[in-house]
Amino acid sequence: MIESATIQKSMDVNAIRLQFPILKRRVKGKPLVYFDNAATTQKPQVVIDAITNYYTNYNANIHRGIHTLAEEATLAFENTRDAVQQFINAESREQIIFTRGTTDGINLVAYTWGRQNIKAGDEIIISTMEHHSNIVPWQLLCEEKGAILKIIPITIKGELLIDKYENLLSSKTKLVSIVHVSNALGTVNPLKQIINTAHKTGAVVLIDGAQSTVHLDIDVQEMDCDFFVFSAHKLYGPTGVGVLYGRKQLLETMPPFIGGGEMIKEVSFEKTTYNDLPYKYEAGTPNIADVIAFKSALDFIDQTGKGNIRNHENEILEYATSQLEQIDGLQIIGKAKEKISVLSFIIEKLHPQDVGILLDTAGIAVRTGHHCAQPLMHRLGIPGTIRASFAMYNTKEEIDILITGLHKAIKMLS
Amino acid sequence: MTDHKTIEAIENEIVEEFSLFDSWEEKYEYIIDLGKKLNAIEDKYKIDQNRVRGCQSTVYLVADFNDGKVFFRAESDALIVKGLISMLIRVLSGHTPNEIAEAKLEFIAEIGMFTHLAQTRSNGLLAMIKQMKNYAIGYKIKSETSLIKS
Repeated sequence: MIESATIQKSMDVNAIRLQFPILKRRVKGKPLVYFDNAATTQKPQVVIDAITNYYTNYNANIHRGIHTLAEEATLAFENTRDAVQQFINAESREQIIFTRGTTDGINLVAYTWGRQNIKAGDEIIISTMEHHSNIVPWQLLCEEKGAILKIIPITIKGELLIDKYENLLSSKTKLVSIVHVSNALGTVNPLKQIINTAHKTGAVVLIDGAQSTVHLDIDVQEMDCDFFVFSAHKLYGPTGVGVLYGRKQLLETMPPFIGGGEMIKEVSFEKTTYNDLPYKYEAGTPNIADVIAFKSALDFIDQTGKGNIRNHENEILEYATSQLEQIDGLQIIGKAKEKISVLSFIIEKLHPQDVGILLDTAGIAVRTGHHCAQPLMHRLGIPGTIRASFAMYNTKEEIDILITGLHKAIKMLS
Repeated sequence: MTDHKTIEAIENEIVEEFSLFDSWEEKYEYIIDLGKKLNAIEDKYKIDQNRVRGCQSTVYLVADFNDGKVFFRAESDALIVKGLISMLIRVLSGHTPNEIAEAKLEFIAEIGMFTHLAQTRSNGLLAMIKQMKNYAIGYKIKSETSLIKS
């Protein structure tokens, strides 16, 4: 645990920026303005150092070895599990399973719990604003089992229609799989209500925390979800690491996913018994270096203070929104009351891709397109958006650079 | 007339034109201008069959075969992509299927701006080139089989 005394009372964004070496980069001759944080965040020096330190000083395979390096590596790897447990307030460390990322975590649940529990005629509820990774695994499962996928509609502002959701719930509902924060709109969904009503009908709830975990305080016990998944690389950590949290009773009764080393207790050609949680779901040599470095990212967030980060990001989002709204022909997509860190927009008569390419010539990194949420774009009647998404190191000066870049792009394209 | 120039000669012309630009902005201004000037294709050609699957913008590409040569027409809803297609049409249109199929298109790397873009899915440049070459190969096979038949 981080001592409260070490948590800064407020955040000095310039000091923060110095921790991220990539922010010194120039792109197309201009200082980098990185606004693609919903895709992946940049990494602080402590995370980069942790990876180098592992490979330089104690690279070894974990859990099995009896030598010093193996012990050190195992300890560091398992320390990250403890850090994650605290970060999301899970009941026990056994409930933290390392995956390759959010997509991997959702698929793990779909292929294990899903194959075991979903039958013909059962229903799975997702929403219109899901990322493809929280759509396709369930479509595959439904096709295989003859189950039905039900979709919660949204308002034009980008908010879930909760009464419509409650109408969809029935005794046939076996799973509700919902995004916490929309990657394309920034909408924060009312999870407490969604989870409570789902549980009343006996449905299991999976929360896609890919976008939320870096911004919001996550307490899986208070949230009362059954599964919670997220990726390290969107929390200033390395790529290739994700977390699946699950209710213990579910994780214990679910069948294994990937078979191999580490996940077994005993293997004979007649019968294999499986290892205990969490190792039952961690077959093969894991991504040791990146899991270890993930702890440095979590410590970094804790030391900066999630509240401080959130205040700063909200300020940036508010400022950016007010500035963008002044641009003629610009329309903000996603106007939910509860919204964080993502600003999606379109500009009349301009293709998002053209705008994105021209912003890049000004050193500004934004994401353009459908953001892997084609059904959502279809619902909103647009082919895609330009998306600026913010992190702890972004500044108001960078928003001003974006505004200038947008004016220039509009002039060039009109 | 471009008809008399080889693909390589046209590529060299483009490389020379781009060498005059000092900044990214100028390069893109030029490409956007090409995009604006590219003739629209008739709506009846804007069908799924003519669509190039790029990631972000919609591109329609039509190829006609006349007098042993392939002629391209295309359109996109994104201006920069339209400019890119305009350049590809200038280089490849009006050449024989063989010439098109074998074109190395080194100008793309030489003008220095699409080396990175060509590898991403987002601008569909690779997809456009592939489809243009596929048309050429298709016409080549067609003309060869019709020769055999006659």
